[in-house]
Amino acid sequence: MDRDQTAIEGAKDYARLVAQWAPKPNVPLLISRAFLVGGSICFAGQFVFDYFRQRQPTEVEAIALTLATMISAGVLLTALGVYDHLGELGGMGAAVPITGFANSMAAAAIDFRREGMVLGMAAKMFVIAGPVIVYGIVAGILTGLVATLLRLAAG
Amino acid sequence: MIYFWAFVVGGLICALMEYISLKFQQLTPGHLLVGLTVTGAIVNGFGLYDRLVEFAGAGALLPVSGFGAAITRGVMEEMRRLGWEGLLTGTLELVGLGIAAGVLFSTVAALVSAPRG
Amino acid sequence: MTAKRVGQFTVQFSQPPRIVGAFTLMGPREGQGPLGKYFDAIVDDYMWGEYQPEKAERKFLEHAARRALERAGVSENDVDYFIAGDLMNQIVSSTFSARSLGIPHIGVFAACATSTLGLSLAAMLVDGGFARRVLVATASHYQTAERQYRYPIELNIQRKPTNQWTATGGAAAVVAAEGEGPRISHVTVGRVMDWGVKDANHMGAAMAPAAMDTLLRHFQDTNTTPADFDLILTGDLAQHGSKLFRELVKREGHTLGGKHMDAGASLYSPEQQPGAGASGAVCSASVLLAYVLKEMAKGRYRRVLALATGCLHNALTTQQGDSCPGVCHALVLENG
Repeated sequence: MDRDQTAIEGAKDYARLVAQWAPKPNVPLLISRAFLVGGSICFAGQFVFDYFRQRQPTEVEAIALTLATMISAGVLLTALGVYDHLGELGGMGAAVPITGFANSMAAAAIDFRREGMVLGMAAKMFVIAGPVIVYGIVAGILTGLVATLLRLAAG
Repeated sequence: MIYFWAFVVGGLICALMEYISLKFQQLTPGHLLVGLTVTGAIVNGFGLYDRLVEFAGAGALLPVSGFGAAITRGVMEEMRRLGWEGLLTGTLELVGLGIAAGVLFSTVAALVSAPRG
Repeated sequence: MTAKRVGQFTVQFSQPPRIVGAFTLMGPREGQGPLGKYFDAIVDDYMWGEYQPEKAERKFLEHAARRALERAGVSENDVDYFIAGDLMNQIVSSTFSARSLGIPHIGVFAACATSTLGLSLAAMLVDGGFARRVLVATASHYQTAERQYRYPIELNIQRKPTNQWTATGGAAAVVAAEGEGPRISHVTVGRVMDWGVKDANHMGAAMAPAAMDTLLRHFQDTNTTPADFDLILTGDLAQHGSKLFRELVKREGHTLGGKHMDAGASLYSPEQQPGAGASGAVCSASVLLAYVLKEMAKGRYRRVLALATGCLHNALTTQQGDSCPGVCHALVLENG
């Protein structure tokens, strides 16, 4: 690195100064908001889950339909321009539930639609949600493999 | 009672992730969501996460950890049914419907809606 | 031929060129802010009837440029160069506007420091005798910057307290050898400074060392102190960056006191919840060309040092783990 000495000296101390003066987030407030927003979404989801549990033959189908319903709700709230404000309010409380996953797909689709339906909307739809699916599948396969091998080893 | 636990458990998972996001500022929401998904998938290796779902219902099901857990559950169930083939065919068994719904509705949303900012 | 150079970094004009016409055209959010009444025009729809925000940004730039020509009382044919820059990849807002303006175009990129870089180059061209008049313009747009640098618009993102809100609007000025308006007496083009700030959500911290460096170089070269200026305008360090900047300057033995104003920290009121403040190429440009010029015309300020700052990262460099380099270009505006 070809820099003059004063700059390097200044930089060393500067990192400390920036860290020290960084605005401190109001941790209890932000966590409470995440708790309330995330809890409320799950609370609403419980009604959906119960509805399908009473009507579907197996729990697996009830789970699948609950996820599908909540995803639709997330997409709808995104299309109405509401979900980003929910994210501003609740932070991870809005991002963590599956509605946030749906929001990330719909937001990318709606935004990049402006570059066309194929290379914009479709190509960019999984720009945020993709990693979750990729690592979810990789982790699911590896976990299934390891769990089965352990079971076989245990006899 | 399940409604209470759905609220509390779902809220706690979100609060924990918010805490991590504030503690480790360099992690983007993408990193955090991937981390939580993988955690859910691993924890469910022996059906542990499914027990949390029995206890807290949607509170455990809806966070993306539930998404990861559902992938593992699909894999395990398909393996029981089909053998090793299920390792791959099971991945989207439970979440496939959700992803398909997301793709379909997002496409429709993109056609009828514009970003509001 | 270095008669116009003073010190190592600064240019002192022998016949200081003037800003003979300026126009600021801002979005609704900026219009509602504390400086709203200074802007020449407000467009109520920040998409300006367009579906794609990039087209809206282009419109802001082009309209501001045309209206600045009107203000200066000249036509495209009377202008020798069109210097413009913006935040978009390949500065398309500028080049596409140049396409319809038909003036020989010099594209510049200095991120949010475009305003003073453009004006500095224009003044050098004019005082050097290479141009009679030069049109300078820049623009930025909340949506275009958000989707190029950050996330899709409707994504659930919680903004950090250090985040800055990209201002929407266009600003333009005509620099000429003759006419009425404040003079550009000195120009200090800054070095790119990188003190290792990796957090792209804290651009103020990344740019503060550059602002400090350019300010000190200017003081050194011209043998001036803060006492020689009525106003020292930085932009867009925003709240936290300004604090860091003042501390860095203090360590070097200068106190700015009430003379320091930051464009990023002034464009929005706290109720508009902009995080740390505003950013975007038009932020410092609009505060300089609207607020400062109008207050200078009233006589409130006679000598102003404008230091526009730019954060030179892009989405790729951040993902690849690079720190954010900053740059700051300074110029002095004088009445008379």
